[in-house]
Amino acid sequence: MAAFETSGEKLHLLSVLVENKAGVLARVAGLFSRRAFNIHSLAVAPTEDAKFSRITMVVDVESAPLEQMVKQLDKLINVLSITELSPEQAIQRELLLVTVDAEAAVRGQVIELVQVFEGRIVNVGHEQIMVSLEGAPDKLDDFENLLRPYGISAIQRTGRIALPRLHN
Amino acid sequence: MSSGPPTHGQPMNGGEALIKSLELEGVDVMFGLPGGAILPVYDPIIDSPIRHILVRHEQGAGHMAEGYAHATGRPGVAMVTSGPAATNIVTPLCDAFMDSVPMVVITGQVPYAAIGTDAFQECDTTGITMPVTKHNYLISDARDIPRIVREAFHLATTGRPGPVLIDVPKDIVDPKNPRSALDWYWPDEVDLPGYHPPSKGEPEAIRKAAELILASERPVIYAGGGILKARAAEALRELAELCDIHVVTTLMARSAFPDTHPLALGMPGMHGNYTAITAMQQADLLIALGSRFDDRVTGRVGAFAPEAKIIHVDIDPAELGKVRRPDVGIAGDCRLVIEELIEALRELGGTPAQPDRSLWKSTISGWQETYPLTYEQSAPGELLKPQFVLETLRDNTPDDTILCSGVGQHQMWASQYWRFQHPYTWVNSGGLGTMGFSVPAAIGAKVGRPDRMVWAVDGDGCFQMTAQELVTASAERIPVKVAILNNAYLGMVRQWQEMFYEERYSEVYLSPDLPDYKMWAEAMGCVGMRVESPEEVLPAIEKANSINDRPVVIEFRTDASEKVFPMVPAGASNDDVLTFQSQFGENH
Ligand SMILES: Cc1ncc(C[n+]2csc(CCOP(=O)(O)OP(=O)(O)O)c2C)c(N)n1
Ligand SMILES: [Mg+2]
Repeated sequence: MAAFETSGEKLHLLSVLVENKAGVLARVAGLFSRRAFNIHSLAVAPTEDAKFSRITMVVDVESAPLEQMVKQLDKLINVLSITELSPEQAIQRELLLVTVDAEAAVRGQVIELVQVFEGRIVNVGHEQIMVSLEGAPDKLDDFENLLRPYGISAIQRTGRIALPRLHN
Repeated sequence: MSSGPPTHGQPMNGGEALIKSLELEGVDVMFGLPGGAILPVYDPIIDSPIRHILVRHEQGAGHMAEGYAHATGRPGVAMVTSGPAATNIVTPLCDAFMDSVPMVVITGQVPYAAIGTDAFQECDTTGITMPVTKHNYLISDARDIPRIVREAFHLATTGRPGPVLIDVPKDIVDPKNPRSALDWYWPDEVDLPGYHPPSKGEPEAIRKAAELILASERPVIYAGGGILKARAAEALRELAELCDIHVVTTLMARSAFPDTHPLALGMPGMHGNYTAITAMQQADLLIALGSRFDDRVTGRVGAFAPEAKIIHVDIDPAELGKVRRPDVGIAGDCRLVIEELIEALRELGGTPAQPDRSLWKSTISGWQETYPLTYEQSAPGELLKPQFVLETLRDNTPDDTILCSGVGQHQMWASQYWRFQHPYTWVNSGGLGTMGFSVPAAIGAKVGRPDRMVWAVDGDGCFQMTAQELVTASAERIPVKVAILNNAYLGMVRQWQEMFYEERYSEVYLSPDLPDYKMWAEAMGCVGMRVESPEEVLPAIEKANSINDRPVVIEFRTDASEKVFPMVPAGASNDDVLTFQSQFGENH
C-alpha cells in the first residue's frame, strides 16, 4: 500500500476493500470515531466477489492527516486494501431523492429544472413533487441549490460511490 | 481427550474442540472463572492437561494472563463467562492493547439465537471490546472453532502483539445441542487476506539510517517496549556497543538494556532521570526502536528534542509519523531491523567512520554526576522513605527477580531505583496505567516463571483494588511476594494536588491502618508483616525471601510527603524538568 500525503484538500475519496463479514462496518466506523477522524459520506456494498465488500468513503482530513487514517484503517484485520482515488482518476456518482414544493404557479419551472438536469419525477402530490437524480456530486449540489428557493421539504442523498477510470 | 491429538474428522462437540485447540496452541495454563454461558467449555477442562487457575474476580484473570505473557513472551489465556464477567475483563483487554501484550480471552455468550434479545447475562461483548482488542470474533458455527482459535493466537502473537477476544455462544459448545457438533480438523495455516505484518526493513531505509547514525555527533537510542516484544534485547546491546551510543529505556522497555551497562541512561519521560531526559532533548539523532513517542516521554511535543533527526523503527506502520515525523521510518520487526542495521553499519565502516563524540560523552557523564537520582534519608523516628525500601529490596533479591508494580508514585520509584539486568524482569502497566495491576500480574508472572522470585511493589490504593487475588495465589500455592508502600494516600494524585492545586487535597486520603494490611494478608492465607522503621526493612525482606510455600505481604509504612522527582509537569517542555536538586538545592 502506498503512503498517502495530504495534498492540502479537505475531502478525500477512499475506496476500501474489506472482507464481507459481520461487524466490519462497525469496525471501520468505530475506528473513525475513536480516533476522532471524520467521515463525510459512506457507501458499502458487496463486490463482484461476494467474499468482499467495497466501502467508498469521503473523509474529512482536516480532522487528522490522511496518512494516519489510512494506516489505522489498514490495521483492521478485515481490511484488504485502501486506495485513494483522485477526482480526475475516478468516476463518482451519488443518488439524490428530493421532495420539493411545486404549487401550480411554479410547477412548470420546477419541472423544467428537472428536465435540464435529466432527473426523474418519481412521485407527484397536490402541492409537491418528488424527484430522483443520479450523477456526479457537483451536479447534485447544483441541482439542490437551484431547487432550494422553491422550498425543499425533504432531501436524502446517498453516500458517494466511485471506481477508478479505465485507462485507454 | 488428553490422550494425544484427535484424528481428522473425529466427531466432537464445540467445547471439546475449543479446549483441544488451546492444547494444540501450546497453552499450558489459563486463568478464569466459570458461569452459565461458558459452562460447557469448563467441562472438558477436567480432562485436559491445561492447568486452570480459578481467580476471584475476572479482572484478575486478565491481568494474570498479561503478567504471564510479559514474563514468558507466550500469549496469556483467560476464560470467563458472559455479561458481567466479560465487562470485568475489559480493563485488562484495554491494558494489553495499550501495552501490546499477547493475550487471548475467551468469553461465554448467550445462545446464538438469543443474541439481541437482552437475554440473561447477555452483553454485546464484541461491540464493547472492538476498540480495545487487536481483533475479536463472535463465533456463529461450531465448525469455525479450530480455525478461529488458530487465527486468534496468530494475531495475538505476530506483528504488533495484542489481545484477541473470542466470544462463544453457548449453543455451539453445548454437547446437548446439535449445533455444537463438528468433525475435528486443525488448519495447517491461517488465511487472513488483510493481515500482513512487516518483518524485515527496507534495505534502502536501513542504509539511510546507518548513514545518519555514522554522521551523528549526539546520538541517543530511544528504546521502547517493542524491543522486548521483538525479543531484541541482545541485538539492541550489540548495536549500542558497536556504535558506542547511549540508550534510554522507556517505562515499557525497562529491563531491555542492563541498567549497569556504561551506556545505560535509564528511564526518560515525566519521571525519568535528568540525564536521560536531557540527552534526548539535546540529541542530534534519536534512534527510536519500538517506541511510540508517548506524551509521557516527549513532554510538550512541539518542544521535544528540537534538533534531533529521527530514525523510527516500529512493526506498526501507523506509529511512524503518528506523533513525530521521522527522517527515516522503518516498518519492521525490531530484532530483524537492528540486525540489518548492524550489518549495514559494518559495511559502511562501523565505528571508525563516526565523528569524535568525546565531548558529548563527557557532557552526559557531567549531567550524571550533577543530577543523580537522589532523596533525603529519613531522620530517626520518622516514617520510612519509599526509595530506601526499594533500594534495600533491590540489593537483597536475586538479579533475575521479576519485579511487578502498580500505578502511582511507587511505580515510578520502582522503575527509577531498580537496576534491571535481565530482560523480562519488569512487569508493568504503562499505557493504560491500571491501578490494581501488580498483584494479579505478579501471580501470572510467577505461574509462567516458577523458577524466579517474583516481587510486586504496590501502593496502598492499588492493593485495595485487586488484593483478593492473593486468595487465588494462596489456594493455588503461587508464592508471590508483595511490598505495599503504604503512604496512606493516593500518593501520585496527592503529589499533583500539592504541586498544581495549591495543596488542596481532595479525596486522596486513605488512612494508614484501615484496612489492617497484615491481618488482611493473613486472612487471605499469606504471611503478613508490617514494617515501620529502617532497621526492620532488611529482616522483613529476608524473611519474605525465605518463604516459598505461600504468598507474603509486607506493609511498609512510608512517608506520605515524599514526592517523585525528577518531574516534567504535564504539558511542559522536557527542558523544564524539575529535579530534586532544583527543588531542594544543591547542598542536599
Ligand atoms: C483504575 C485507576 N483509577 C485511578 C487512577 C488514577 N491514579 C493514578 S495513580 C493513583 C494513586 C495510586 O495510589 P497508590 O496505589 O496508593 O500509589 P501511590 O501513588 O500512593 O504510590 C491514582 C488514583 C488510575 N491510574 N487507575
Ligand atoms: Mg499510596
